[in-house]
This record gives sequence, C-alpha cells and structure tokens, in this order.
Amino acid sequence: MEGIKQLLASNIRRFTMIIALIGIIILFQILTQGILLTPLNVTNIIMQNSYIIVLAIGMMLIIITGEIDLSVGSVAAFVGAVSGVLLVSWDLPVFLGIIICLAFGALIGAWQGYWVAYVNIPSFIVTLAGMLIFRGLTLVVLQGQTLAPFPDSFRSLSSAFIPDLFGNGELQLFTILIGLIFTVIYIVSEFSIRKKDIKYEFKTLSMPLLMLKLILFSVVINLFTYVLAQYEGLPYVLLLLVALVLGYTFIMNKTVLGRHIYAVGGNANAAKLSGVKTKRMKFLVFMNMGILAALSGMIFAGRLNAATPQAGNLFELDAIAAAVIGGASFTGGIGTIFGAVIGALVMGVLNNGMSLMGIGIDWQQAIKGLVLLAAVAFDVLNKNK
Amino acid sequence: MSMDSPILEMKSITKRFPGVKALDDVNLNVQQGEIHALIGENGAGKSTLMKVLSGVHAYGTYEGEIIFNRNLCEFKNINESEELGIVIIHQELALIPELSIAENIFLGNEQQKNGVINWSETLVKTIELLKKVGLKVNPEEKIKNIGVGQQQLVEIAKALSKDVRLLILDEPTAALNEEDSENLLNLLVELKEQGMTSILISHKLKELLKVSDSLTVLRDGQTIQTYHIRNQKITESIIIKDMVGRDLTNLYPERKKVIGNEVVFEVKDWSVYHPLDPNKQLLHNVNLKVKKGEIIGIAGLMGAGRTELAMSIFGKSYGKKISGELYKDGRKIKLNDVSEAIKHKIAYVSENRKDYGLVLIDSVRKNLTLSNLKKVSNKNILNMNDEIVEAESIKTKMNIKAPTIEQVTTHLSGGNQQKVVLGKWIFTDPDLLILDEPSRGIDVGAKFEIYKIINELAEQGKSIIMISSELPELLGMCDRIYTLCEGEITADVNIEEADQETLMTYMTQSWRS
Repeated sequence: MEGIKQLLASNIRRFTMIIALIGIIILFQILTQGILLTPLNVTNIIMQNSYIIVLAIGMMLIIITGEIDLSVGSVAAFVGAVSGVLLVSWDLPVFLGIIICLAFGALIGAWQGYWVAYVNIPSFIVTLAGMLIFRGLTLVVLQGQTLAPFPDSFRSLSSAFIPDLFGNGELQLFTILIGLIFTVIYIVSEFSIRKKDIKYEFKTLSMPLLMLKLILFSVVINLFTYVLAQYEGLPYVLLLLVALVLGYTFIMNKTVLGRHIYAVGGNANAAKLSGVKTKRMKFLVFMNMGILAALSGMIFAGRLNAATPQAGNLFELDAIAAAVIGGASFTGGIGTIFGAVIGALVMGVLNNGMSLMGIGIDWQQAIKGLVLLAAVAFDVLNKNK
Repeated sequence: MSMDSPILEMKSITKRFPGVKALDDVNLNVQQGEIHALIGENGAGKSTLMKVLSGVHAYGTYEGEIIFNRNLCEFKNINESEELGIVIIHQELALIPELSIAENIFLGNEQQKNGVINWSETLVKTIELLKKVGLKVNPEEKIKNIGVGQQQLVEIAKALSKDVRLLILDEPTAALNEEDSENLLNLLVELKEQGMTSILISHKLKELLKVSDSLTVLRDGQTIQTYHIRNQKITESIIIKDMVGRDLTNLYPERKKVIGNEVVFEVKDWSVYHPLDPNKQLLHNVNLKVKKGEIIGIAGLMGAGRTELAMSIFGKSYGKKISGELYKDGRKIKLNDVSEAIKHKIAYVSENRKDYGLVLIDSVRKNLTLSNLKKVSNKNILNMNDEIVEAESIKTKMNIKAPTIEQVTTHLSGGNQQKVVLGKWIFTDPDLLILDEPSRGIDVGAKFEIYKIINELAEQGKSIIMISSELPELLGMCDRIYTLCEGEITADVNIEEADQETLMTYMTQSWRS
C-alpha cells in the first residue's frame, strides 16, 4: 500500500492527465452510446489527430525552452503546398519530394530560430510574422488553387494501413502480432531496468507492484491493437507517431541535449553560466519545430489528398492547447512529450465525441476553450495549495 | 526616550507547519523608540515570526498573542497590520524598475482625487521624504537607474510615507557595500532619535552590535535570549554561541597551507567595456595571478568591477570589447564561452545563486551534474544510474541537507543552495575556482561549512579566487588580497600586511581620479 501511495504522489501530475483522458473517453462512450470506441472510430481518432500530435511534440519542446511558435499552422500549410507543387505539378519521385519538403521545414525553422536565438527578438513576434509570411507564401505557391490528387505512395503515410500478411480477412492478425511483440519488448526492457537498479542498489518497485504495472500496460497495449485489428489494422501513421514519441522521450530524458533544453527553459542565465549553449539550444528547438511542422503539413495534405490554401488553419492553437493541457508551463522548463500526446488526445477525443453527438462547430469551439481554461486553472490552483 | 514602555509584545507564539514546529513559544518585546535586532541562523524562525507579526500568517493559524500599542491584534492579512503602522521592508526589494522614485513611493497610496493623480503634490511630498532619508536624486528618476543602496533608501522613504510606527528591515544591508551600509545604519539611528521604533534582521553581527539597543536571538524556532546592549557588555562570540548552540571559537577554519611555486592562472592587461555602453570602460589593464593551492581575495566596493572581472574572464560572460591575455599553467588560453572555460578546468560560482547559479525548478541531482554531464554520459546519452550515484556522493560529502537528491532546489535554505552550486562546480573537477561572494546571505553555521570546503579544495591543490564585500572574510580566508577600485587593481597585499584599514584605503584610492 505504502508503495502505491508513493508512486501516486510522485507522479500525481501524470496520473491526473491520464485520469482526465480516461474520464473524457468514458463520458463520450456513454453519450455516444458506444460509437466512440468502435474500431472504425478509434482508427479515425488516431488519423484525425496525427498531424496535431506531431505539432504538439515540437510545440512542447518550444514551450519547455520558454518560447512560443504561432506559425506552425502556416508553415504546415506552406510545406503542404510545396509538396503539392513537387508531387502533383512536377511529378517528382515521392521520396525525393518528402526529403525536399522536410528540408524546407528545417530551413524555415532555422530562419525563425535565428531571429529568436541570435537576434533576441521575442518568439511571439517572430512567429507572428512567420504566421503571416508563410500563409501568404502558401497562397503565392498555390496561386489560390487546390492541387490534387497526390500519388498513392505519398498518401499511404497518412491514410494507409500495414498489410495483413496472414490475410484471413476477419481480423488483422499481423496487427495483433505487432502488439504482442511490442508487449514482449516492453516487459524485457522493464526487467533489464530493474536488474540495473538492483545492481546499483537503488530502490525498486516491489515484485507484486511491478507485476501489476506490467499486466496493466500489456492489457492496454493488446486491447488497443485488438480493437484496431477489427477494422483495417495498424495505420502507418500510428507507427510513425509511436516512433516519434519514443524517440523524443528518449532525447528529452536520456541525453545531454535534452537535459540542456530543460535547463535553458528552467533558468537560461544559470544554464549559460553552466556551459550550456543556450542560443544554440533555442535555435535547434525552432529548427526541429520547422521539420515537424513540415511533416505535419505533409500528413495533412496526404489525408486530404489535396494541397489547399486553407490547410493548417488554427493548427497552432490546437498544438499549443495540447501542450498546455499536457502539463507545459509557459515560464519554461516543465513538460513532457508524453504529456503533449495526452493533451492532444484530450482535445481530439473532445472534437470527435462532440461531432459524433452532432454538436455544431460553434459550440465545439466554445467547449474546447473552456476545457483548456479549466485544465490550466486546475493546475494553478493545485500548485497554490 | 522612555525605555520601559513596550510598543510590541509577542507572547508565547507557536506556529506549526505540516510536520514541523517553525516557532515554539517565542517571546519578543520591543520597546518604544529602540532599534531591536533579531538574529538567528537561517531557518531559526525569524521570517516566520515577522510573517506572524505582519499578518501574512493570519490570526488563528498560530497560537499566542500579539499586543501592539497596548491593543490585542488579530491581523487577518498584511493590510490590517500596515494600517496600524507596521511596515516590513523585505530583503528582495519590492520596487518597480520602470517606474520613477516618486511613483514607487506612492504606489498603492497615490495622492489622488476621484482617481486622478495630483502629480505636483506627489512630487512635493517625495522631495520631502527623500530629504528625510538623505537621498539626493531627482524624484522622477527611474528606479532602475539608481543603485541598490539608494533603492533601499527609497524603500524606507516609502515606509515613512505611510506613517509608520514600527519599521521592520529584513537583511537591509545584505546587498550593500560598506559605504552604503554605513549610510543606511546611520539613517536608522537618526530615525530612532526622531522616535521611530525598528526591528532589524541581519546576519552581520558587527553592524547589529553597533546600532541596536536590544537584541533577541532565535534558534530552532525558540527564543534563546534577549540582551539589552546598552546595559550589558555583549561580544560577537557570545551571540554566535547562542545562535549555533555551541562554541564557535574561530569563525574561519584552520587550513594547512600548501602553496606551490607554479602560477596556475594569470590575467594580463585585462580590459573590459560595458555591454550596453561601449564607451564606458569598466576594467583597466587588470593583472593578477594565482598559484597552486593559493587562495587570493579580490576586495572592492560595489561598482569596482569585481563581478565584471570574474564573469568576463569566465568565457566572456559579461562585457564588450574584452582585451588582454589569460594564461593557464603557463600556456596562453582563449575562453570564448563558458564551455571552453570548463574545458580548461575553470569554475565560477556566481554571487547570485538564485538567478545565475541554480535551475530552481530542478532537483538537486540535475543541478549538481548540469555543468559536467559528460562525466555521467556516454556518447551524449546519459547514464542515470551513474548520475544518481555521483549526486548522492556529492550530497553526502558536502553535507547538503535535503531529504533526497530529487528534492527541488527552490525549497532548500540559502546555505544548502550554495552548497549545491559549489558542489556542481566541484563536480567539474576544476583547477581554479572563482568564488563570487560565496557566503552571501547564509547563516554562520553554513558559512563555516562553506569555508571548510573552500579550505579543503585549496589543500587538494586547487587555486581559488575569492571575491567578497566582507573584509573580515577575506582576511580570514585568503593568502593574498588584491584591491580593486574603479576597475583597476590598486594593490596586491600579503595577508601578513593586510588589515581592514589598509585594504579600505586601497579600495578607495583610484589612480585615475
């Protein structure tokens, strides 16, 4: 009992976020009479929110360094437009097109990072300018037109599923297998961490607690893949998201780079005097945001199967909201990648659930706004206690 | 001046926080028209007691009673105590840098009618108040353009504008140089002669003994003793004994001096200009050297360029148009940023640990390893287990009092925060440590521990440059002391020939004016 209490106390923030998400899921599952968690709709939720989650990951890093990026929606639209020109108008090979688009994203991120980090212009201003610049350039590139359709291979990133190698039709067995493989990797890694902890004579979770944790996670993972397997299986974009989340979590928690990024946000002066290259860190974080915005723009364009001038409208606000609901602090230094994903899912499930219920876009906006305010207010009040 | 009518009686005050008794049956009697010193180590309960008095801790959250001006007081918030004329001036000044002196003084107490401010009345009253505190500056000058010492005087003027009956000053001289401190203390005495009562909280025993009439010592949340200084012969050592609960015969620990012959670090012709005003030269051809195992001091008044010197050396962290040469172990080196300085085994402990030393929202562990993550990583990937082991070992070695290494550093006391900063730099395994005011704002016990650590470092053969505005500290710790005046080294004094008067003479003796 003592162990559980301690576990809860040290992870209270993470648990409240997850509990909030589960609460919202249960609420809408009831309100929609079970439609929310049907295999088709679960797949939809993932696909509808994939590009926001990608942005939220980048935005989390930006907010951790104490900055903000208002331009991500416009940048995503711009890169989507560029991909339209490259792949639809010019018929370039898809792989080459994607590389060029990511490079564009990196360049745009570097441009904004330069003004923020090296010229010391507030990021709010730089990216507000970027929001206008790249929205304008999107219109210039597309000349007000919509470019379509994209080649199938480009679209697969956002809307295709991994093929079922065993093909029995009813259930996507390959998806279930991947879930099982993932479970095994997870269990093995937990045990290897435990072995190391014991070697260093650290406190470890008691065996029953560890078992509980392993079983809980395994059940969740496999239930999830089982639900997906009942529809078309694993979407490619989900694999991409898992890779991004694991990769960025590793960088932020286990590398010198990640520690330096947190330190810059926590106290830039102290970080600088500790040998952290604060300017370079901010520059890198913005460049990274550019690349992720490009990726997000391509996923969106692929999903829509068109490059349109209106793409990416208000994406920046969804991404910022996701990061903030997920626990980012605007004073910098605080936040996790995992939190950003949970935050994005909270917003995503709200969107999806309210749409299923037939609530109009007008009320959806208002309710999302209230949820954002409530999440932050809850956090602030909790801290002041 | 009647000395037997108490203006304030705090009787049997007990204040509990979850898990700790911060105040335990504390009694404080302050007489009308006296300066009453309140002294104790950090965490002894001084601030808590003052918070109880001013209503920050509302009536009902503590036990005991407060009698002010013969009335039983039940303050629910700070406004209620201010209404009766109890005003606190906090250590961290609460002035707004972008507003003028006059605007600051009357902030929240505007000279107004129907919401429209009467500026001429504001100015006239401000001039009058500034005269009272002996400050000769334009009342329309912005706060950011005047020095810390002057800002402190503005705070007092602000208090006077409120018809104050009991003035409480929390560490008013902590950030001031000797001259400004002197001014401030004289002003307090002057105000006392006009009938003002004040409570003075400070770590500086000398100045307390000089100006106060009575002195109350707190230790571990209890009143230890109240002395009437005018009638009793009180020495520093008696008070220190009361504060720490043991004899501290020597303020500065002994050190086995093992000073090598080789010069470890040398600065030649170092000149630095102001970062915002390229015509203003802050340092003029500074030359200094330090040997292996040697502790040298840099003494100078505020504004002499001490911190500017240290930070400009440390990876050009301050200033523009920096010229001059640096030598490490006889070889010329260039330090263009902090990481290069760390690579050359140089460390700098800032005078401002909260803004420049620690990432306050991060744990003890993360702060300790931040400057040398290389040591706990492989190809830029951290080995958290190694990190925990290293952090635990520093915590034990330096006696950092925190429940665990995962404790967030905001919650540590000043002394323990300073140990974390020092530990962080020791973790980089430096040959040279530049310590900027290493004992500022920390209590006697923690100071002693910090001194011991510094001595141990020197005994291990590390070289130390110590910057301090407290001359006794430099005299107690250093082998050699450079004096700095208006950006110039004015003397290089061996410890045998050094005393406060000599140093002060050099510190105020500019070659250039």
